[in-house]
Amino acid sequence: MNTPEPIRIDRRVAIKWMLTASAGAMLIRTPSFGGVAPETAASAAGRPATGYGTDPDLVKGYKPGDLWPLTFTAAQRREAAALCDIMIPADDHSPSASAVGVTDFIDEFVSAPYPDNVRDGKKIVDGLAWLDAESTRRFGAVFADASAGQQASLCDDIAPEEPANPDLKAAADFFKRYRNLVASGFYTTPVGMKDIGYVGNVPLARFEGPPADLVERLGLTDEVKW
Amino acid sequence: MAFITPASAADKYDVIVVGSGAAGGQAAYTLAMDGARVLMIEAGRNYDPRSETPMFQTNDAAPLRAVGTPDKAFGFYDATVDGGWSVPGEPYTNASMEHGREFKWWRARMLGGRTNHWGRIALRNGPYDFKPRSRDGLGFDWPISYEDVAPYYDKVEMLIGVYGSNSGLENTPDSPDGCLLPTPKARIGELLVRQRGRRLGIPVIPIRRAVLTQPLDHRTIPAKLHPGNAKAQRVLAEDMQNRAACFWATACGRGCSIRANYQSTTVHLPPALATGNLDIVTNGMAREVTLDPAGKATGVAYIDKTTGLEHHASARAVVLAASACETVRLLLNSKSNRFPNGLANSSGLVGKYIMDTVGADWGGQIPILENLPPLNEDGAGGEHVYTPWWLYKEQIAGKLGFARGYHVEIGTGRGMPGGYAPYLPSSGGRTTYGARLKQDARRYYGSNVWLTGRGEMIPNADSFCEIDPKVVDKWGIPVLRFHWKWSEHEIRQAAHMQRTFADWIVAMGGTNRKEPDPDGRKGIEPGGSIIHEVGGTIMGAAPATSVTNSWSQAWDVKNLFVADGGVFASNADKNPTLTIMALAWRTADRILDQMRKGNF
Repeated sequence: MNTPEPIRIDRRVAIKWMLTASAGAMLIRTPSFGGVAPETAASAAGRPATGYGTDPDLVKGYKPGDLWPLTFTAAQRREAAALCDIMIPADDHSPSASAVGVTDFIDEFVSAPYPDNVRDGKKIVDGLAWLDAESTRRFGAVFADASAGQQASLCDDIAPEEPANPDLKAAADFFKRYRNLVASGFYTTPVGMKDIGYVGNVPLARFEGPPADLVERLGLTDEVKW
Repeated sequence: MAFITPASAADKYDVIVVGSGAAGGQAAYTLAMDGARVLMIEAGRNYDPRSETPMFQTNDAAPLRAVGTPDKAFGFYDATVDGGWSVPGEPYTNASMEHGREFKWWRARMLGGRTNHWGRIALRNGPYDFKPRSRDGLGFDWPISYEDVAPYYDKVEMLIGVYGSNSGLENTPDSPDGCLLPTPKARIGELLVRQRGRRLGIPVIPIRRAVLTQPLDHRTIPAKLHPGNAKAQRVLAEDMQNRAACFWATACGRGCSIRANYQSTTVHLPPALATGNLDIVTNGMAREVTLDPAGKATGVAYIDKTTGLEHHASARAVVLAASACETVRLLLNSKSNRFPNGLANSSGLVGKYIMDTVGADWGGQIPILENLPPLNEDGAGGEHVYTPWWLYKEQIAGKLGFARGYHVEIGTGRGMPGGYAPYLPSSGGRTTYGARLKQDARRYYGSNVWLTGRGEMIPNADSFCEIDPKVVDKWGIPVLRFHWKWSEHEIRQAAHMQRTFADWIVAMGGTNRKEPDPDGRKGIEPGGSIIHEVGGTIMGAAPATSVTNSWSQAWDVKNLFVADGGVFASNADKNPTLTIMALAWRTADRILDQMRKGNF
């Protein structure tokens, strides 16, 4: 199996994007993601990252960083956490995504040696760089330091799957991919599973099937007779 | 006798069994329980489901939320060890990687093989399925009929434990009383699928899966399975009491530490080992079946993967149960003056007529299932209901444009959340996030229905495997090269699946995000990807047209047998594992009979 090195974007790339963006317009021309050459770097500690192999111990628990080094810089991590909590904020039911370790999962994802992770991880890291550059251009502050309103206005521009400004398409793809990753990270935690109403994974003496009142409410009473 | 090293193997066994999955497990079980001294050679490592199965681990305790990677293609918690679509150091090749010509080969290098992770769907072939050519003029008839296999289906169901019920539906055999365990209740989504299927004329009935919904009856079953054999009865009764019933948690694909579902390592091998008649060598890669000057098999040459050294084991009879294609590989690599084109290959048909199952699926989001209260629907760790093929009459009347049927596996949505978050549809072309995302997740979780078609492929001359003339594995053993082609029957069948499923989604009140492509080439899964590959050593009525006879015995070598899916002369839509086990039991009975008669 290939074990390519994880790809990280250099802050210089982000600054370059920022400088090439035409100043003045409210919706500026945004450099396309694909037009920027990735800057590869060996993992932070210079260690070659490898996967967990074809015979990992399935019984022990793992946490991000156990199997390959995490690669977010402190600034990337702070930004990733901010974006995690915009995607999944705390509410009456459950805490925010970063509060249950989703930032660590994103870092694990972008740092993983598998081809899909290398490819998607580059999109995520490029996207975070773009978001910071765009935030700096618009608001004079990196994304994590922008106000909640500023963050929201930026996110709302890239939430449409087909943004009006085609230059934002790569950013929109990044936004959706990041959203899905955050949701995956969050709803696989015990907190997230409880929030969503998953109540399984406990041993039962009997499997009772759905309760009769629910079956009746959905008009399915005749179906329980075989 | 037990787990041994090559150095401690006996000088000679009654039978060598190559492979330890459904076929090898069943063959070794039947032989050892009846007193034969058996050596099992398994290419993978030893594997202990009791200590190695991740029973309650949540996905956040796994790397990458347990999603599939090249190391673990079906997800981190899938039971497969050292396997998947590729095995390190053990390649296979494709003659063409064009769309529709590729073959994918899933292997596992572990004791118990693929039985450790399989879906546990345990369907009987019906009477039509053994005589398909007589019915529609295509493919091949088997030299045996349903009646020949039925007693073995009964025995396997009683031994491994299968939940299910009798439907009386066409070509969907009932089981005699005492064979089946009670069916679990249907989940809410399964009830909706059933109701709306009925409106379309599609039946939905309880599925059959090899999971214990209650403990096996250890007081009566052993005597039914081993009449007159007190030792076998005692051993089995004891072992059955060590299998717990399902506790309605943990997906079966992880394996089962409480032995509630069938895997070779939890059902076949423990009692076989307890007889004292079974030795098992793991990490033993079979390379060649050896012959004496008279053309009788003398044993198996194999490589100890831990040392790289070659060893030889001897026996009166050899059973190949390495999986259909691995058995082909072993035969084709066993060349001699007598068999220059590979062992048991005087017909030239070893490797020919490889069949997989036709796979195509379709899913949808169903508003009726939104916002349901929390429900524990883990159930039996897999499907509770399914749809057997229901259009036999229309098909035989020529109304469908394809000749063979499919069944439908029904998946509904309240399983343990995994790493793909499918419950978050896009909303008006926008990526929802924030408070709205959390509300949406609560609303949509559990509202997806997934319909999976599994259909019969007709054997054809363009789907086969052979030895690649250039490539060898890390042990120097030549590898397989695959050729693949679907016929119009499979392609049209796949299109029919998706069209039917899309209509079914609408009948459930759902909306299809797009319409299925009427060209089945778009929806059909690649060959091999359903992991139901069979054929390659097909059984038949004559040596010129088949590799094995009606007892799965090589026409060319009387003490050589194939117990795996290689002998299938057709590949009914029914998942092959139960039939593999039934035939392996039958073959083992034949071997015992022939040994008693001194025929080898």
